[in-house]
Amino acid sequence: MSQSDTQQIPQQESPLTRPSGQLDHLADLYRQMLLIRRVEEEAARAYAQGKIGGFLHLYIGQEAVAVGSIAALKPEDYVVTTYRDHGVALAKGMSARALMAELFGKATGCSKGLGGSMHMFDAQTNMLGGYGIVGGHIPLAAGVAFASKYRADGRVTLCYFGEGAVSIGGFHEGVSLAALWKLPIVFICENNEYSMGTPLSRSMSVEDVSMKALGYGIDRDRFFVEDVLDVEQRIGEAVQRAREMSLPTLVEVRTYRFRGHSMSDPAKYRTQQELEERKKKDPLFRARVKLVDEGYGESRLKALEEAIEAEVADAVEFANTSPEPDPSLLESTTYDGPFAA
Amino acid sequence: MIEEMERDERVFLMGEEVGHYQGAYKVSEGMLEKFGERRVVDTPIAEGGFAGVGVGAAMVGLRPIIEFMTWNFSAVAFDQILNNAAKLRQMSGGQFNCPIVFRGPNASARQVGSQHSHAMEHFYATIPGVKVVAPAFVDDAKGLMKAAIRDDNPVLVMESETLYSLKGEIADDLDVVPMGKARLVREGADCTIVSYSRMTHVAVEAAAALEKEKISVEIVDLRSLRPLDEDAIVASVQKTHRCVVVHEGWPYGGVGAEVADRVQRLAFDWLEAPVLRVATLDVPMPYNAKLEQLCMPQPDRVIAAVKRVVNRGRGRG
Ligand SMILES: Cc1ncc(C[n+]2csc(CCOP(=O)(O)OP(=O)(O)O)c2C)c(N)n1
Ligand SMILES: [Mg+2]
Repeated sequence: MSQSDTQQIPQQESPLTRPSGQLDHLADLYRQMLLIRRVEEEAARAYAQGKIGGFLHLYIGQEAVAVGSIAALKPEDYVVTTYRDHGVALAKGMSARALMAELFGKATGCSKGLGGSMHMFDAQTNMLGGYGIVGGHIPLAAGVAFASKYRADGRVTLCYFGEGAVSIGGFHEGVSLAALWKLPIVFICENNEYSMGTPLSRSMSVEDVSMKALGYGIDRDRFFVEDVLDVEQRIGEAVQRAREMSLPTLVEVRTYRFRGHSMSDPAKYRTQQELEERKKKDPLFRARVKLVDEGYGESRLKALEEAIEAEVADAVEFANTSPEPDPSLLESTTYDGPFAA
Repeated sequence: MIEEMERDERVFLMGEEVGHYQGAYKVSEGMLEKFGERRVVDTPIAEGGFAGVGVGAAMVGLRPIIEFMTWNFSAVAFDQILNNAAKLRQMSGGQFNCPIVFRGPNASARQVGSQHSHAMEHFYATIPGVKVVAPAFVDDAKGLMKAAIRDDNPVLVMESETLYSLKGEIADDLDVVPMGKARLVREGADCTIVSYSRMTHVAVEAAAALEKEKISVEIVDLRSLRPLDEDAIVASVQKTHRCVVVHEGWPYGGVGAEVADRVQRLAFDWLEAPVLRVATLDVPMPYNAKLEQLCMPQPDRVIAAVKRVVNRGRGRG
């Protein structure tokens, strides 16, 4: 695809009728989105009970981004994201148990309870982590893609960040090096219209983040997230470009978070009306409606939803009853080999 | 570096002017020709960017050598070293390592002014999760570089522009010089000087002058700042009962303060005098040649410090 092709903003609506295999696929994506939502709702509850500490940034409302984009990947592909990382971790295949236990700070968590909410890592599923310094992970993600190109292993890296990261140097350096060296990476800016309490209008001179791609001479795309299958298809084009031509793409996905920036944020900077309007367009809800409309069957949906409830309850129980990490872990996880002091 | 790159395909060199220009200080001369652009990678001026690229590549199994044209410019990549390289292993509960080398010339050069004369090791040695080495001699420079490249942790190699011209013999069978082992440069009885990198040569000069005045100095060259060879420092101080630490960089905090703490904690009963530090004066480095020399630790300041601790001990005894 030529650069000018992707620089047009394509149509929003995707055709409503899909082959039946597609319906099962949609059901699977719906299942993943629902798992993320329910895990996070339970995490919010556990946070209120004091079982989870520190920062907890929920992904609720944005699930279709992680699920749709990762659906376009192969298992060996890499993902790197921000502190708002639960959705990406689960979509990449990390278990709800490992995630919940990490939130509870338990030894059975993905990072043995040493990372917490913002630092989910899972080597097995190539989830290369959630990072807490805005923009700091963008050059790192470019480095992962650099390694893929160096080894010619055919893997693609997805790098997620918020629109707030576009203003910091790490974004510029990471994207510009990836462009210069033609690295197999897709930069996904999850533009949820707020950077903590700062709306787009007060954080960026040009609201269209994808325009930055022009300056780097890379392909770009931009769309509003409504249908998870659209996300899969649109990100899939960029993934294909990365895999087959080793070319980076900057994709801006317009999305919305339904909760505050983190648990301590009551989100007073936006109106209730705005929030309600956006909730009506919830991609999770939309996927369910579509499944019903297209005849997936209410009883199969119910069974799927009950299975999710059981999985989430099991994860919470697992986290609750798991042991705390032993202090002996501290030195051995700081250095590989003898401690250096 | 060349030997290690021949030995291990995963090792590559990346930095500004490392390839076509043959290295800002000619350190990587001929390497591009030998290994090609895939493994000797010229970068734009983006320290934060290419330091981060190195970290990401290391995380998935490559072994990058990232050159900072000088360590001064690493300040804009500090976040990558502090928050990514040093923390990946712990944040991931031990799932990911970061086997990376950051290297380049450190501390004062000659009249390059306040922004280009930093001794950066003090900022980095405080960070758990990284190792920091600062060789003074050519064989150590080679052996520690090899150790750094083969280590599975981030290692920061502090070189010295003024030592690049130093010549020396390297044993044919020299392989790795292990990190965390100091080098006894000179034996002596009256006072221990602890130093590293270029300051070891200043210490040697001072010791020669002091010898003429019948003051016998032992020099412990740290070679490695983290891990720090506490045992070597303590053993020497137990013998000489006095200690002067000589390093570039400001006196507030830093490696000298760390050594002083260990000496007072671990060798208190052997001490005859307070531990003194000879460091860069507590001001930004001036351009003027005379003032610059005044700010940097010189043999005369080292000599004065040694005399102070030696005389104090004698006065009391
Ligand atoms: C360098 C840096 N500065 C400030 C912060 C504090 N901080 C954390 S998240 C955030 C807002 C980021 O917004 P955005 O990039 O849009 O991501 P979102 O939270 O909306 O997903 C800020 C200011 C930080 N973590 N890192
Ligand atoms: Mg945002």
